[in-house]
Amino acid sequence: MTSSAIIIRNLSKQFGPVMALSNVNLQVEQGELFGLIGPDGAGKSTLYRLLTSLLRPDQGSAQVCGFDSVAGYRSIRQLVGYMPQRFSLYPDLSVMENLQFFASLFGVNIEENFDVIKPVFAQLAQFPKRRAGALSGGMKQKLALSCALIHRPQLLLLDEPTTGVDAVSRSEFWQILRSLKQWGITILVSTSYMDEAQLCDRIALINNGSILAVDTPDRLTEAMRGSLYAASSRNMFALLETLRSYPQLPFCYTFGASIHMTFSPGVTPEQIEQRLHADGITDAHVYPIDGNIEDLFIKLMQQ
Amino acid sequence: MTPPIPSDTVISVQHLTKMFGAFTAVNNISFNVQRGEIFGFLGANGAGKTTAMRILCGLSTPTSGSAIVAGIDVSTHAEDVKLRIGYMSQRFSLYEDLTVEQNLRLFAAIYGMTRSEIDAQAATLYARLDMTSLQRTPVRDLPAGWKQKLAFAVATIHNPEILFLDEPTGGVDPVTRRKFWELIYEASSHGMTIFVTTHYLDEAEYCHRVSIMVDGSIAALDTPEALKAKYQVATMDEVFRKIAIQ
Repeated sequence: MTSSAIIIRNLSKQFGPVMALSNVNLQVEQGELFGLIGPDGAGKSTLYRLLTSLLRPDQGSAQVCGFDSVAGYRSIRQLVGYMPQRFSLYPDLSVMENLQFFASLFGVNIEENFDVIKPVFAQLAQFPKRRAGALSGGMKQKLALSCALIHRPQLLLLDEPTTGVDAVSRSEFWQILRSLKQWGITILVSTSYMDEAQLCDRIALINNGSILAVDTPDRLTEAMRGSLYAASSRNMFALLETLRSYPQLPFCYTFGASIHMTFSPGVTPEQIEQRLHADGITDAHVYPIDGNIEDLFIKLMQQ
Repeated sequence: MTPPIPSDTVISVQHLTKMFGAFTAVNNISFNVQRGEIFGFLGANGAGKTTAMRILCGLSTPTSGSAIVAGIDVSTHAEDVKLRIGYMSQRFSLYEDLTVEQNLRLFAAIYGMTRSEIDAQAATLYARLDMTSLQRTPVRDLPAGWKQKLAFAVATIHNPEILFLDEPTGGVDPVTRRKFWELIYEASSHGMTIFVTTHYLDEAEYCHRVSIMVDGSIAALDTPEALKAKYQVATMDEVFRKIAIQ
């Protein structure tokens, strides 16, 4: 069977006056590491709850592992592993008790599936009797991932697993996710960190309940090639204020140690650099750059 | 004898240590922050950032060492410190079911402002934030960008000397995140000191100076340019990885 892991068609969900998701269409293929990238309030968690059959759609449909999310909810719950945004293990149970609990819910034993969770669980195995509530943030996350994986799901649904986690632990978590690909598990992972997009096979950018773009990270950023420039100076705030006063720059914003911008047609970086020098920012340097996913997101938000 | 503190130093931390039982969360850290400075306080999870920040805000007392914040010794006058600083975090900043005006008045009153002081401040604040027509709107109905702006206004309504920001931009969209940093720049240019923690390492580039905590100690403290030069890398992200992974 080669059907897609997730097929979402014209999906909408409203809470009172708030349109949480409006007419979402999305397809995730088997074995993909697919990223759902967007800020808080974009609709990511609502989408997860619809896919896991915890919510019913107002309109449209979602097919998960070949089953309709409403009619086939029983089958779906056996086939997916879901790690919600909030820590949802039992804090009073030990590491091992939590794992055993989830294994027994799904009718599997830990030994037969240990190979899948081994890279995630390795560190935790050193203190099997510690209460889950007493673990550090990073360890809690690994235990939650182990519990979501213990029944060898076809599809792993991770809702913002790296929120509030430092840069180093985030990299480590993404390495683990990539290593899970060897088992053929499809992964849908959401994040508000734009830099994590690059680590996915394909991504969807989502904001205000709508999908802004879907593709591989490289193809998405390629579309911006040739349109983006950066400027830098020791005095960044003055540089930003000065650039904002130039009518030839429809759009400029801070980006780490530089300022990113787009030019009106016909404008060259040399012209802008000379003008900045004339306006007193004598160390200003203007040069073309390749944008990344965050640049694209900013661009799409302006439209 | 300790040397006198320069007059434009607004945070002076000397040999600060905090222990929880046998565990040393903050291990003998010392640093100064100058007036108007944007000071980035970085570190991996569990490095001791939150513990140190809680002490500086008067929410926890040091085991040993001292911290002078806005001229006040936090060990002996923790309550006075709270009136001289502003605090904002991503998690707890505004009451969603209160209106814009109710939030502003509530926090102003908590900071000890009188009704006439609040009235005088509120009018200019609404005008500056472009929020005059939104005064009676419940905060939950505001778009994310406005909430962020209002949270900043609420944290600074009493014109604090120092503003503590604890991961203020977590989960915020990239446009709002940048607008928020422009508010920070503006406040800093008016002399407000900003003490900020963040997991977004591009934001570390916006700070005047950055410290990086590892296992309770300050492993590095300098301008972003100097740190990048020292570790011979192009971004603060790489600096962080080199220092925090050690």
